[in-house]
Amino acid sequence: MKPIATTRSATGIPTGRLAVWWVMASEIVIFGGLLAAYVMHRLGHPEWSNQAIHTNTWLGALNTLVLLTSSLFAVLAHQAAEHGEGRKAARLLLATAGGALVFLVVKSFEWSHEIAAGYTLTSNTFWSFYYTAAGLHAVHVIAGLVIMLVVAADAAKNRELQRVELIGLYWHFVDIVWIFLFPLLYIAK
Amino acid sequence: MTREPTVAEQSHPNYVKVWGVLVALLAVSVVGPMFEIKLVTLVTAFGVAILKAYLVARNFMHLHIERRYVTYLLVGMVALMLLLFAGVAPDVMKHEGHQWKNEAAQKVVRDAAPAAKVH
Repeated sequence: MKPIATTRSATGIPTGRLAVWWVMASEIVIFGGLLAAYVMHRLGHPEWSNQAIHTNTWLGALNTLVLLTSSLFAVLAHQAAEHGEGRKAARLLLATAGGALVFLVVKSFEWSHEIAAGYTLTSNTFWSFYYTAAGLHAVHVIAGLVIMLVVAADAAKNRELQRVELIGLYWHFVDIVWIFLFPLLYIAK
Repeated sequence: MTREPTVAEQSHPNYVKVWGVLVALLAVSVVGPMFEIKLVTLVTAFGVAILKAYLVARNFMHLHIERRYVTYLLVGMVALMLLLFAGVAPDVMKHEGHQWKNEAAQKVVRDAAPAAKVH
């Protein structure tokens, strides 16, 4: 028997997809509140630029490129799933998951250097925001990576292909959050 | 019951082309602030970020062909964020008012001023 999220569509949108939109709506409030707090503090504390100059713009840009590319793979996986090509969708989802992994490796490298240089969660309010915002985002990347692997395993057997679109939507949202984190944490010096 | 068509089944843009535009915009957002002109930085970093987010939402998330109320839902959440900002920002961004003074914040800014000159 198929789950209700697959078969029911009372609102004109399949229930599974509607649930993902609601998740995103709540995530906007979570990330939005955090980023709004960051922006107002940043504007009130010009001295934070003394700290912001130590973030690595090139690594931030590299991670943006990685996430944009993984989003491309996610939407191509969605397209393949629509054509009933489960194996191709699974391969593309694995490529997306690879992007998530590269993102996390770059982030680990970046953080280990910053922590070794003495910029920790408690050293300054700027760094508190930096690690909280980027850390919360990284948790979402890890969650997406795990879900993507589960969906890919099913898609490879041509099962539950509608889930490829759902994890794709979530992944694009994670990408959009980073699109805003990048200028706020790396470019505004 | 038959499966509802996914939104993207109705329209598929050239995704690789969209990705190319996004990468070009990323380059703009990195190069623009190098000129160190405030307006150019604002437009290339933050203006371009809004454009990139729009392109991803429209083309990869297919928001333009999704039911309209989903857009209203998401925009409503962004509006709540702006409401939060408008309500709280004056107290955070300003360090003194008619009958109050945030001495701790003023001290932090004052103490950091000499260090700022070093950079």
